[in-house]
Formats: sequence, C-alpha cells, structure tokens
Amino acid sequence: MVYLTRLEHFNAAHKLFNPKWTAEQNEAVFGVCANENWHGHNYDLYVTIKGIPSADTGFVYDVKKLSKLVKTQVVDRLDHKNLNLDVDFMKDTMCSTENLAIAIWQQLAPHLPEEVNLHCIKLYETSRIFVEYFGD
Amino acid sequence: MSNKIAVYRKEHFNAAHRLHNPGWTMEKNNTVFGLCNNPNYHGHNYDLVVKLVGEPDPETGYVMDLKLLSNLVKEEILNRFDHKNLNLDTVEFASLNPTAENIAVVIYHLLRPKLDAKLALSIRLYETERNFVDYPA
Repeated sequence: MVYLTRLEHFNAAHKLFNPKWTAEQNEAVFGVCANENWHGHNYDLYVTIKGIPSADTGFVYDVKKLSKLVKTQVVDRLDHKNLNLDVDFMKDTMCSTENLAIAIWQQLAPHLPEEVNLHCIKLYETSRIFVEYFGD
Repeated sequence: MSNKIAVYRKEHFNAAHRLHNPGWTMEKNNTVFGLCNNPNYHGHNYDLVVKLVGEPDPETGYVMDLKLLSNLVKEEILNRFDHKNLNLDTVEFASLNPTAENIAVVIYHLLRPKLDAKLALSIRLYETERNFVDYPA
C-alpha cells in the first residue's frame, strides 16, 4: 500500500460564532475568532490517498487527476471566499478547522475511483494549528 | 568601518480584507481585483518582519531590546489588526485599499514615531508565503 499526498492551498474569511448563543457567550468561547466582521487565514490542505501502484502506470492514481479533483470540488469553492456565507457545503455548520476538514473529505470521497481510498485530510489553518481527519 | 547591524522581529496576524475601489463599477473591480473583490471578504495569515538597523549600544550590546520591540509591535500593530476585518474594523483602511503594499506603509508609519530616530526601520509583510512586500524599497 502506498500513500500519495497532494498539497493545495486557499485563502478565506470566516468567523467562529454559534447563532444560538448570545454575543457574550460567543466571545467567552471563541474570543477574537468571534469578531462579527470576520477574520481570515491562508489554509494549507494536504489530501492523502492510498492504494497499490498500478502495474501499467506505476501510479496509485494520476496525481494530475487528483489535483484537478481537489481544485474543482474543494479549492474553487473555498478560495477567496467567506466560509460562513459563500460555501454551500458549510451552510449551517460551525466553520471550525475540524468541521472544514470533515466537509472536504465528504466533497472528495465520492469522486475517487473504487480502487483508490481517501486516507487523510490534513488542514492547516495557520502554520502552527492543523487538524487531521481519517474518515472515522 | 561601521558597526551597523540589522536586527529583526517576526510577528504574525490573521485578518479578513477585500480589495475594492468604490470609485469603480463592480465590473471594473472584478477585472482588476478578481477574486480579491469578493463582497463577503476573504482572509490571510500575515507574517510581519520588522527590521531595525543601528549600532549596538555600548552598555547593552543591543541595537534595541527585541522584547521591547515585540511589545511595541504587539501594542501598535497586532492589537489593531489581528482577527480583524481590515476594511471594516480599522480606521487606517476605512478609505484606503488594504493591499499588502498599503498595509506595509501603514505599519511603517505606526511604528516609526515610537522608535529611536537613530534606527533605520523597514517592514517586510508576507500576505501569503509567496506574496510579500518591502517598505521602504
């Protein structure tokens, strides 16, 4: 089994804000991240798939196809967007890095061929904060 | 030979912004600023490098105590811009387009009066890992 990773990045605005809570509760839990006028990040996204290299190509999966898939299903829909307002698959979801990683997995998994398995979505919000999601 | 030496302090802040010229039509803004003109904003992790050039003080060996420089950058810059919307939450960019160029110039002018006039100041600002500006040039 070989693990293959493609790195992409996107820049987006968001805020951490639970609409069921008061402004004070949001401020207490999310601090500066609850700023009502948004703030933003440069996100780095590592998409890792796993599989057995094909005898004919030597590839687990054509990495150019993987790159296109990540671009069309994820990056084009997130880059230079407001994650809370502009992204259909984040509607009614708290825009944490955790939830964004899970949502990215859900956008990609159905589009991969059967013999290729998604292994990990690793998402950096800053160079020092990142999450990993393995689909379980 | 001069004893002049450069010292640097790196800091970072995260902010939302939008590049938009209110004097232009939406079409022209889209043509010039592209995705950066999104009305709902987008954002960045900005990396800021503050450079000072001067001679080490004979008593301390310091050009400037970098802890004091760090405190100054925190008070003057990070408290103003971190986790903010540059267009909506700051007076500096209420009517100035928050490009990396303009942000670097604004940071320079916020810090300059607070620093010893003998020290030469310059600002490097990374908007992304691959886009950055220097002021003064």
